[in-house]
Amino acid sequence: MGEIDLGTVNWARAQFTLTAMYHWFFVPITLGLSFLLAFFESIYVRTGKEEWKHLTRFWMTLFGINFAIGIATGIIMEFQFGTNWSNYSWMVGDIFGAPLAIEGIFAFFIEATFFAVMFFGWDRTSKGFHLFSTWMVAIGSNLSALWILVANGWMQYPVGMAFNPESARFEMQNFWEVLFSPVAIAKFTHATSSSFILGSFFVIAVSSYYLLRGRHVDMAKKSIIVASVFGLLSSVFTAYTGDESAYANSNHQPMKLAAYEGLYEGAKGAEVVALGVLTSGKKVGDGQDPFTFKLAIPNGLSLMAKRELNAFVPGIKDLVYGNEAEGIMPVAEKMAKGKEAIADLAAMQQAGKTGDEQTKSAALERFKVNQDYLGFGYLDTPEEIVPPVATTYYSFHAMVYLGTLLLLLALLYVYFSYKDTLENKKWLLVLGVSSFFLAVIASELGWVVAEVGRQPWAIQNLLPVKMATTKIAAGHVQASFAIFFVLFAILLIAEIKIMLKQIKIGPEGV
Amino acid sequence: MMSSRLLKIYRFYLDGFTRMTVGKTLWKIIFIKLFVMFAILKLFFFPDFLNTNFSTDQQRADHVIHQLTGTK
Repeated sequence: MGEIDLGTVNWARAQFTLTAMYHWFFVPITLGLSFLLAFFESIYVRTGKEEWKHLTRFWMTLFGINFAIGIATGIIMEFQFGTNWSNYSWMVGDIFGAPLAIEGIFAFFIEATFFAVMFFGWDRTSKGFHLFSTWMVAIGSNLSALWILVANGWMQYPVGMAFNPESARFEMQNFWEVLFSPVAIAKFTHATSSSFILGSFFVIAVSSYYLLRGRHVDMAKKSIIVASVFGLLSSVFTAYTGDESAYANSNHQPMKLAAYEGLYEGAKGAEVVALGVLTSGKKVGDGQDPFTFKLAIPNGLSLMAKRELNAFVPGIKDLVYGNEAEGIMPVAEKMAKGKEAIADLAAMQQAGKTGDEQTKSAALERFKVNQDYLGFGYLDTPEEIVPPVATTYYSFHAMVYLGTLLLLLALLYVYFSYKDTLENKKWLLVLGVSSFFLAVIASELGWVVAEVGRQPWAIQNLLPVKMATTKIAAGHVQASFAIFFVLFAILLIAEIKIMLKQIKIGPEGV
Repeated sequence: MMSSRLLKIYRFYLDGFTRMTVGKTLWKIIFIKLFVMFAILKLFFFPDFLNTNFSTDQQRADHVIHQLTGTK
């Protein structure tokens, strides 16, 4: 395969991380706030009360600001596919083509069409049609998310396809299998419901600020009632979908689960670590205790991962070195099969060039036997399949702690709104203002878990990240990374300034 | 009938855009951003490697297989 320039690989990784995390700052606000707009306007249409219309228009302005700054932050990632990740983009083109095309044609056009009515149509269209348009923007935005998450879900659990060794492409065989993959569904429901939390806490944070300042009190309280109920319900649903995601991980990405649980030694009745500090420098198989400190719940991980109290949950060591009793093949054996698959792929290509159809046919039959292990053939050591455990573990646990805190906060906001004593709870309002930033952190950490936890794979078990990149000079990637960094910093500052200005002006500016 | 409907839609958008306040600033930002991304970044920094360097799908496939197998 020649020398792999890890400088290029790591800079390409860093660039994708930067652009993805930047994109994911804006998207959840859109997904969550869009539904809140639909709720606010539904209340207006139902009650006929003008203050709800005014409130809706205020939040719609903030929604518009966020949406405008976020536009095209996603397309940048597609640019990178073609330049930095050419092997990967060629290989998955047939799979990604359908979901991304549907996203562009279907969801985007729904969103864009009804967007105009939502913003321009106040007093120019009927109440009913305007409300319908607002709902369509919410549904369209979330449908956009579905297709992107289906594509990402396929990377994590590649199904519904067959690898074509002639073209080196994964070809879609079953669209529905790709769409309804358990990983894709878990990912979509979890990502969107967590976005609803973030959208809710955006409203709660701004409204809490107004209450602290004694401004727009009625509007703030009304907004908080709806947002806190939505936030609470979304938090409960996010916890449920998080559990579903963990179950999907245990079945299809057991190494990811083992990493974010810090589980090195598999066990029956495995405990779940509620709070723990990993041993620094711990490596698989070194005999060190993975934790310097932990508070664990017995049987908890077996219950979560396998839905049985005493089920076996494989640890990192089992997954790397194998566990015959549990039917887990050692990675070394998979690597040997993978190397055979690579050799047969090479033999096929050479035979094809010389027109030797018999040799090519024989090589193809041999390739088919080991093709499921293709990705393992590129690994240098079995331990390479272990993702960065500390990053995955701490990101996961921080996400869960923050998610729990946000659920409790939403509950408090619902309770004190019901009691109508929210204005007096300064401590809660201050927490409420900071809650938006906590929600952003939790949301980004979720993606860190998902994407760092799947390393070293670009496509689980089939293509490691180091084989997915283009052979270009690291300097090229560094240059575009620097440009993105500067551009994004300028755009983020612009958004924050415009957003803060509009928040300071308040509903009067609408 | 169709043309009057189209005219109505056109006027709807025109009216909406001309009455924008915050929206005008946002649209300026959107246009600048799209220009930077498509006219500068995409053109100079993000060529599609396979489309730029190879003219047929067979060549692209051969290149990727070469990358995956180390063959020439």
